[in-house]
Amino acid sequence: MITTTDLTKVYRSRGREVTALAGVDLHVRPGEVYGVVGTSGAGKSTLIRCVNMLERPTSGTVTVDGLELTALSGGENRAGRELREARRRIGMVFQHFNLLASRTVQQNVELPLEIIGLDRTQRRRKAAELLDLVGLGDKARSYPNQLSGGQKQRVGIARALAGDPKVLLSDEATSALDPETTRSILKLLRDLNQQLGLTVLLITHEMDVIKSVCDSAALMRGGRVVESGSLTDLLAEPASELARELFPLSEFGTGHPGSTVLEITFQGDTSAQPFVSQLARTYQIDINILGAAVETIAGRMVGRMRVELSGGHQDNVVPIGYLREQGLQVDVIGAANGAVA
Amino acid sequence: MTWDQMWELMWPATQETFQMVGVATVCTVILGLPLGVLLVLTSKGGALQNQPVNKVLGAIVNLARSLPFIILMIALISFTRWLTGNSLGWQAATVPLTVGAIPFFARLVETSVREVDRGLIEAVQSMGGGTWTLVRKTLVPEALPGIVASVTTTIIALIGYSAMAGTVGGGGLGDLAYRYGYLRFETAFMWIIVAEIAIIVTIIQLAGDYAVRRLANRGQGGGRTRLLRPRAATPEADESAVAS
Repeated sequence: MITTTDLTKVYRSRGREVTALAGVDLHVRPGEVYGVVGTSGAGKSTLIRCVNMLERPTSGTVTVDGLELTALSGGENRAGRELREARRRIGMVFQHFNLLASRTVQQNVELPLEIIGLDRTQRRRKAAELLDLVGLGDKARSYPNQLSGGQKQRVGIARALAGDPKVLLSDEATSALDPETTRSILKLLRDLNQQLGLTVLLITHEMDVIKSVCDSAALMRGGRVVESGSLTDLLAEPASELARELFPLSEFGTGHPGSTVLEITFQGDTSAQPFVSQLARTYQIDINILGAAVETIAGRMVGRMRVELSGGHQDNVVPIGYLREQGLQVDVIGAANGAVA
Repeated sequence: MTWDQMWELMWPATQETFQMVGVATVCTVILGLPLGVLLVLTSKGGALQNQPVNKVLGAIVNLARSLPFIILMIALISFTRWLTGNSLGWQAATVPLTVGAIPFFARLVETSVREVDRGLIEAVQSMGGGTWTLVRKTLVPEALPGIVASVTTTIIALIGYSAMAGTVGGGGLGDLAYRYGYLRFETAFMWIIVAEIAIIVTIIQLAGDYAVRRLANRGQGGGRTRLLRPRAATPEADESAVAS
């Protein structure tokens, strides 16, 4: 749905060059919620603004719903007609809401409809529908100043949906909100994604956002995507930085010397199996649980457990093989002797 | 001088002042508002970014603003005659008043429009709005409180300028005060006229401030606004109730 290939963006000011994007390839599938996470200055904001050409990339291409936007004419501030029409099908939600203080909530939602050219009656009907959808049907006549942050963002979302977009871009939409409001806004985004089949590309600096709504994620650093993929795949990847960030186990103990420490990750159905007791019974071994956590990530149960088995890695090859046979992901993170698997 | 005599002189002069300032204000807003918006649009990072045009417009505005009004008025006599068919009277005085006020007003408008949050501009661009939509539906409505304040300031400046319009036979209160107070030593009469001008200026300023407050407080409830919109919501509306 959204594809960028080798996207670069270089800012030039007074002879100095700053590279914000250094060759970004992103592939967002239709109907998924895709999160880009990174610290500030990683280039994620530039990336999302390049998707609808609020910033024109220095090189590379952006394709949204089969249309190559980079091929359409117009500068950053003055878009050509084709680009303006393409933008009408891409909704955008902003960190600071960007609502017009001079207009009521309803008039704010009507603004994109005015741009599209609907008549008054159609605009009014559509705006009412959208406000109901985001749960603000009773606030149509209020002004943005009268709303709380979460309500303002709901208006922002209703406005972004006015043009019946297939794609919604969310630029740190929850970063100005408190945790509880953040959750309700994320739930709304998830609902819209499911009800309307909306593809959502969001950027955030909060791992929790990725954890609670995203199907896929990319980690950005220094203008590059260092890791990307579906959350399920990432969690199954032992070396994944994102998975480690999403599911930190670092605070757990590291076991005793002379023992083998395993990190077991289980997803979906496998979490229903009593594998610890099965393992203990089958092989007559003692299992010391150092730590465990179960979370719901991308709508799936994911658990991680760190266990300690007595003896070195060589002694435990068979039990480890047994666990792997059960469909569990097992990483040996510490062994007294022998090579680390 | 009796009150009746004063009144006979003051009433037509007041009318002249209102006519001069009124017509000049309308013309200034019609011509100065687009100029002010254009100064923002053509500047660096603007929707119609164009450095040469911006520089030329800026230079013209600065030049016009640095000319003393009295010089501007005399310099414009032939232009005024061409435009109004006359170089005397209040109609003729409106021409230099307008020309003098346009750059002044345009700079004030520029400042107000420049203060519109860049995020709003991006929001409109992301909706697929063009430059005209941006100006008409965002820049001007959002900057309206500032623009109205600029109009107030411009009207008061025009009342000041109009005193000098006596030089071209424009009449008005300022001219009356000059002729009777300064040239005929009717000091008391002069002060009465000054007091009238002060009252007019005060009323305009208060009315302007009130309009700005009403515009800027859109949706903040309180006072009269709430009486007019009894159904307006309160800011402490419950977010969780909506979310559930």
